[in-house]
Amino acid sequence: MKDLLWLVPLFPLAGFLVNGLVYLFSRRTAAESSLAAGHPQAHGHTETGPKWKTLHTVVGTGSVALSCLVAFGAIFDIGVRSLSEGAHHVLTLWRWIPLGLNQSTGQVPGPLAEWVVDVALRLDSLSALMLAFVTFVGFLIHVYSVGYMGHDSGYGRYFAYLNLFMFSMLTLVLAANFLLMFVGWEGVGLCSYLLIGYDYHKKFAADAGKKAFVVNRIGDFGFILGIFGVFALFGTLDFGKVFAVAASNPAAYAPYMTLVCLCLFLGAVGKSAQFPLYVWLPDAMAGPTPVSALIHAATMVTAGVYMVARCNVLFRLSPDALLVVAVVGGFTALFAATIGLVQNDIKKVLAYSTVSQLGYMFLACGVGAFVAGMFHVVTHAFFKACLFLGSGSVIHALGGEQDLRRMGGLSRKIPITYVTFLVATFAIAGVPLLAGFFSKDAILAAVFESHFPRAPWLPKLLWTAALFTAGLTAFYMFRLVSLAFYGKFRGTPEQEAHIQESPRSMTLPLVVLALLSVVGGWIGIPILRGGDRIGEFLAPVIPALAGAHPTEHAAPVTLELALMAASVAFATIGLLLAYLWYAKGEGRVPARLAERFPGLYRALANKYFVDEAYDAVLVEGLGKGGGRFLWEVDATVVDLIPNGAAAATRGASSLSHLFDKYVVDGAVNGVASSLQGGFRLLRRAQTGQVQNYALVMGGGLFCIVAVYLIFR
Amino acid sequence: MTITINHYLVVSFLLFSIGLLGVLVRRNILTVLMSVELMLNAVNLNLIAFSRRLSDLTGQVFSIFVITIAAGEAAVGLALTISLFRQRRTLNVEEASSMRG
Repeated sequence: MKDLLWLVPLFPLAGFLVNGLVYLFSRRTAAESSLAAGHPQAHGHTETGPKWKTLHTVVGTGSVALSCLVAFGAIFDIGVRSLSEGAHHVLTLWRWIPLGLNQSTGQVPGPLAEWVVDVALRLDSLSALMLAFVTFVGFLIHVYSVGYMGHDSGYGRYFAYLNLFMFSMLTLVLAANFLLMFVGWEGVGLCSYLLIGYDYHKKFAADAGKKAFVVNRIGDFGFILGIFGVFALFGTLDFGKVFAVAASNPAAYAPYMTLVCLCLFLGAVGKSAQFPLYVWLPDAMAGPTPVSALIHAATMVTAGVYMVARCNVLFRLSPDALLVVAVVGGFTALFAATIGLVQNDIKKVLAYSTVSQLGYMFLACGVGAFVAGMFHVVTHAFFKACLFLGSGSVIHALGGEQDLRRMGGLSRKIPITYVTFLVATFAIAGVPLLAGFFSKDAILAAVFESHFPRAPWLPKLLWTAALFTAGLTAFYMFRLVSLAFYGKFRGTPEQEAHIQESPRSMTLPLVVLALLSVVGGWIGIPILRGGDRIGEFLAPVIPALAGAHPTEHAAPVTLELALMAASVAFATIGLLLAYLWYAKGEGRVPARLAERFPGLYRALANKYFVDEAYDAVLVEGLGKGGGRFLWEVDATVVDLIPNGAAAATRGASSLSHLFDKYVVDGAVNGVASSLQGGFRLLRRAQTGQVQNYALVMGGGLFCIVAVYLIFR
Repeated sequence: MTITINHYLVVSFLLFSIGLLGVLVRRNILTVLMSVELMLNAVNLNLIAFSRRLSDLTGQVFSIFVITIAAGEAAVGLALTISLFRQRRTLNVEEASSMRG
């Protein structure tokens, strides 16, 4: 069975091809028949229901079900026990890039061998963990989509993209080397773009897709630089070889690792939506809700954490890189949680919550607790997928309403959604014995006990931030529940008349995921002897470094209990406050608070103006898109200065009135207009006529040849 | 009169110049494409002439490659022409400058 591992990504790929081709074909025939009927303007958007629906359903969900079965078969073929003892299986499919023999003698002792990159799949305990929950949660979300997208005319297209995503994600997870992982990495980015912009005729969705794609490119640039660095240092990209060599000779590689790891981490920051590249994730909510659950909560965005955990040997060689990871993660967790407090779109709250929880995972990785990070990846996949699917069910019931201010009192009308949503909320808030409690607690304990030689005060600071974030998480999640499910319904009477529970295909995944949100954390119970199953399971992928002393100091049980009590206390305070303020008090206290601190409220509601700043500096400044950038580069360079300065000034002055924006604006506008005049001449040369360019090229060539002939 | 390599080169030069001129001054996209073909064939002639002169088959092999690529270029070019015509109802290359390429 383990040699059939290649079938795992292959099934979704086949599903993608079948779904995509059938959809294209059916759309074409539909367009032709409508042309024949005398409607030349029919642009593929036929108003009839989805065609070939049964086929798309069977192929779309069936392919993922099959790959899930094969995945579990392969895992159990090797055996969970032997995986946790370090057994792994590398399946080389074919030689991808043969580069010949390595003839350079690098400065560091690398394996002087053949330079090759294979298409190879690797099943060890880390990828087995990812594989298990990605295929399973993916399958549930495919089932959910059958109900959620049932009336959409793009049904086939949707399933084709979703299957392509599963193929890319499984390639990413199973890859045995950096380059194949990068292929999957780019593949999931592409599918993310396609699915965010699924409603491509709506401008905001298309824009959100482009934003996600562009922001991810920044991260991917860092990732591929990191891959180059690894290749230059080790002469191979194979995970097994790279990590074995690095772990056996830490002193030789440590000096180079800070740069390499920071490059790799930039990739993770982009994919996993960490500060400052998190801005695409909230906008990505423009995609259909199951997509948000699958790609932007459970699987794709955790790829960054997976990558960092996969490269844990490299990261552990560089304390500085780990410090950056921890600080970025901790800051993002707190930052995103505060924004989530005041959002009114149900999916936006969940999006910021995802960013915040991803911050937790990176915080764990940064303090060296890679197991705790991966643990949180798994539990987060369960409860966040449940929350997103639950919000999808709410939106479905309300006919597309996403504004929390127009919900309320839904608990009696859609009971299954309500109960599952509540369970997942308790899980994310860290209510004891539910999934989120154990993983979050493992992270908090690891942060508390970590130490950074360069900044001894940092662990306590990060721990305080993480603890505070836990309270905020409980607060904003229960605010969401209170606003949506308690109190009186605040929408239109027409909406109220149509509220009904979602079909079976949607509630069933919710129930399964809610169950997993309860029991998912029991694989990592602390304190109890033998309770930390996940730690034992993942132990082989976190090998000891040669020459380093294994730090075997189990924290005293009392300390661990105290830490738990603190996090539970914060979560309880958050839950109770949210319940009192929003369910009982109907939002009067928060409204008063917003009145009392208008500056703070505006900063939170506008997400700290980060989008506006990026927009001013990068979008407006660098031209509204690549095309204009090419021919108006002169004008935009000029624009960059005043717009950036003006935006920064606007943000700052509206918050604190410290800067006098008129003075600054006046000065920079003067600079701008004077420079703009100068560059107007240069703009003339860009006519857009290819023939003009060719003429200039030909003339230039003629001049060069003439000069050569005369002066040779 | 024997035909030396110079004769081939002169013909090739003339063909190339006619093609270049066509690319530079004509506004009809079909004519431009035909002119490009002319330039490519001038290059082929050049390659074959030198190949014969130097008794080296590389030039002839290379010209086969050029012919193959030219076929692909013609196919893509004509496809672009058709889709341009469908979009804009014109074959004038000056009208297709909105990308400012």
